[in-house]
Amino acid sequence: MEDKYEAVIGLEVHAQLQTASKLFCGDSIAFGAKPNSHVSPITLGHPGTLPKTNKKAVEYAIKLGLACNCEIEENNYFARKNYFYPDLPKGYQISQHTTPICKGGFVKIKTTEGERNVQLNRIHMEEDAGKSIHDRDDDYTCVDLNRAGTALVEIVTEPDLHSSDEAYQYVTELRRLVRWIDICDGNMEEGSLRCDANVSVRLKGEKKLGTKVEVKNLNSIRNVKKAIDFEIQRMINIIENGGTITQQTRSFDASNDTTFSLRDKEEANDYRYFPDPDLAPFHLTKDFINKIQSSLPTLPNQLIHQYQNEFGLSDYDAAQLCDEKHTADFFQSTIQFTQHYKAVANWITGPIRQYLNEHHLSFETILLSPKTLAELIKIVDDGKVNFSVASSHLLPLLMKENKDPLQLAEELNLLQVSDSNELEEWVNEAINKMSDKVVEYKKGKKGLIGLFVGEVKKLSKGKADPKIVTALLQEKLK
Amino acid sequence: MFSFQSIKNYQTFLAENSDGCSVAVNHYLSEIEKNKHLNSFLEVFAAEALQSAKELDAKRKAGKPLGKLHGVLIALKDVICYKDHQVSASSKILTNFTSIYNATAVEKLLAEDAIIIGRNNCDEFAMGSSNENSAFGIVKNAIDETRVPGGSSGGSAVAVQAGLSMISLGSDTGGSVRQPADFCGVVGLKPTYGRVSRYGLIAYASSFDQIGIFANTVDDAALVLEIIAGADDFDSTASEQKVPFYSSELKEEKKSYRIAYFKQALEHPGLDKEIASSIQTYIQTLKDAGYIVETVDFDLLNYIVPTYYILTTAEASSNLSRFDGVKYGYRADLNKEDDLTELYKKSRSEGFGKEVQRRILLGTFVLSSGYYDAYFTKAQQVRRMLCDQTKKIFEEYDAIISPTVPTTAFKIGEKSDDPIEMFLADIYTVYANLVGIPGISIPLFKHSNGMPFGLQVMTKHFDELSLLSLSKQMMQLKP
Repeated sequence: MEDKYEAVIGLEVHAQLQTASKLFCGDSIAFGAKPNSHVSPITLGHPGTLPKTNKKAVEYAIKLGLACNCEIEENNYFARKNYFYPDLPKGYQISQHTTPICKGGFVKIKTTEGERNVQLNRIHMEEDAGKSIHDRDDDYTCVDLNRAGTALVEIVTEPDLHSSDEAYQYVTELRRLVRWIDICDGNMEEGSLRCDANVSVRLKGEKKLGTKVEVKNLNSIRNVKKAIDFEIQRMINIIENGGTITQQTRSFDASNDTTFSLRDKEEANDYRYFPDPDLAPFHLTKDFINKIQSSLPTLPNQLIHQYQNEFGLSDYDAAQLCDEKHTADFFQSTIQFTQHYKAVANWITGPIRQYLNEHHLSFETILLSPKTLAELIKIVDDGKVNFSVASSHLLPLLMKENKDPLQLAEELNLLQVSDSNELEEWVNEAINKMSDKVVEYKKGKKGLIGLFVGEVKKLSKGKADPKIVTALLQEKLK
Repeated sequence: MFSFQSIKNYQTFLAENSDGCSVAVNHYLSEIEKNKHLNSFLEVFAAEALQSAKELDAKRKAGKPLGKLHGVLIALKDVICYKDHQVSASSKILTNFTSIYNATAVEKLLAEDAIIIGRNNCDEFAMGSSNENSAFGIVKNAIDETRVPGGSSGGSAVAVQAGLSMISLGSDTGGSVRQPADFCGVVGLKPTYGRVSRYGLIAYASSFDQIGIFANTVDDAALVLEIIAGADDFDSTASEQKVPFYSSELKEEKKSYRIAYFKQALEHPGLDKEIASSIQTYIQTLKDAGYIVETVDFDLLNYIVPTYYILTTAEASSNLSRFDGVKYGYRADLNKEDDLTELYKKSRSEGFGKEVQRRILLGTFVLSSGYYDAYFTKAQQVRRMLCDQTKKIFEEYDAIISPTVPTTAFKIGEKSDDPIEMFLADIYTVYANLVGIPGISIPLFKHSNGMPFGLQVMTKHFDELSLLSLSKQMMQLKP
């Protein structure tokens, strides 16, 4: 039955810009401070105060626009969106709602059918509201204005998504992007990235959009997916039962993965937008935009292609390296010292990442230097230490302190032994130990060679060079 | 017996009197006390002023460098924020509100050793032309106490008129400095939009508001402007243009100024006949003195007042949204069943006066979807046309002159029931605010009814130097 229908989804994502101060005044935007401690008279909306635009926020918005292939508007102004609410100190929000700084553009996502561009409508700047806290006091609503005035960009897609999976991919990609270009920490739990979903369904082939419902309060990417799934099913059920969809604003309830109605959208609110007369319109020069363009890092999608084409990495490895920027940066730095791209990728996506995860560390703060990693790869490659010894014994130490890996291996007596006398002793011991297997081998079960090599490894505590050992065994067992 | 003529004279007096500042403050405190019935001041900072005077006298005695406004007493219109002092915009809605910061202009005055003597009554939120809209009572014109002082900076005008302060700062959104200056017979200067920072000026209409100066002489106004003008990190609409040393660069000798006046302005049916003829005669005086004075056609005159009221009320409706009873100021007593909407409705209905409510409603209306284009957009287009036409005029002329107000100060209560007639009293002054140019009203004339009236002079943007120079020359040709 579901096959009859098609979902149409548009997402509005608010990203808090991690500028040092708010969009229109010098107050800090640090999360978690004591309530109402980052509040100047300007944030408080005291009489006589005026806004002044934070240039860094404008720069960040342009950065994101360029990263999303948007057209950048050169002539900009801010408008006022007028409405009353206790956490909106001025009685209006300063927003670019009517004239966005970035128009159009797209975000590339991976779907089961391959890569696809999700079309954006716009990206605009606005200030955040404060927080109303309703469950703190029995009789009062508490208002914390620390967040009021924080710079936001709102990234609005066209109704261009058709499943919860696509929405999931889109938000994941967008989050990676804002982190990649370092304009937002992407933390959905703390609300620095917030997502509202506009969902509607229609019969396949139908041109007209169905009545939409806006779902708010989606504080994780997983919840974006769950809420959309629930909404699609709810709407289909209503239609199938002969009902009609009411245009509503709904909220997601994470405790049971359902949505509930916040309010019906009767008459649209009249926000009486008009240009904010307290802020002079601002013009962006081409030169300024170009400077920002050239300061942009290579974006993850470009980098993935580069890693595949130039370094011969697999889709998987390339994608893993570009999961977040510090990982890619570390890869990039390491390959300054070695051409063994595949080995570097394996080390990063394997033992290093595992170590970091286990110790709750990240590539951002990693102590291991790229040069040391390159040297470690070299001694493994040269057969001085084998990979398993290198990853299980040397790496943990090098993650804490930068040392010369070869010297460290020597100190710890972990160098592979290629001295044939010593090797021969271990080989003989292994053959003697497994005389029954020797018979089988000689009968033609050549696969057993691995077993002998393994035994030698054990006897040598990993120090025996497996290549030489293999050759030696083959010779002896002829 | 202390008497004040000008800041320059006062400085000479201070040089000869080691306790001069204290003498001056005491003099003014007693004058304010004597004239309490005029209702010019809402609050007098007596103890503080005496304390500052003492410190300034000591500073002078110690031979320390003195500020340019050393010991000058200045009163603030009750829309200008002065840290740790109440400010109310003469409105009930700001009951018991204390500013936690200084307006940039105040900061600059204090840095030059000025003494803030108190805050002056005004029309509520600077909305009015007679000072009859204050929550704290009307202000009386000191020349004829049955007449209004004008508005909205009525208290500030009377403070200088009646000798209650040396200087006062007002605000001028559509004539609120020039019009009361005209009614009270003092100098009233509205600088170019963006010349003085608006930070700390309680907004009426942001793209029109400008802090202005009341003074006895053009020279005093020039000196104060020199101090308070300039760029400000807290106001992005304040201009970065360099501030000239107005006080020392004022040109007394005649430059061959070319002066225009609007035919339609002097022939307007609402203009008092005697004012019209006095100005005509004065134009001849100017011509005789060698100035070029020519009439210019200005067919947009009748659009000015409607355009002004659409745009200013639109901005005001939004600017005054912050007064909501939630964060500070007046909050209505609520019943148990009242919700948030009731809190807003009751607090704002009880806190704002009638004229303020009228303008909020009008402004909300002109911004509403469905009416926006017919009113707000149209008015913006007219504003642009006015700017274009003004630019052309200043390509040929150095200054424009006109009456400041169509009539002399009217009787208290005379127009308070007719808002439209009251709005038309702004016909000559709102023009400068619409296009952002500087304007001044200089007290040149006396009407047969005994009241003074002024001449308005306007120059192009940021040409206050010509404005003040010409005004000073004109004062010497006072009839």
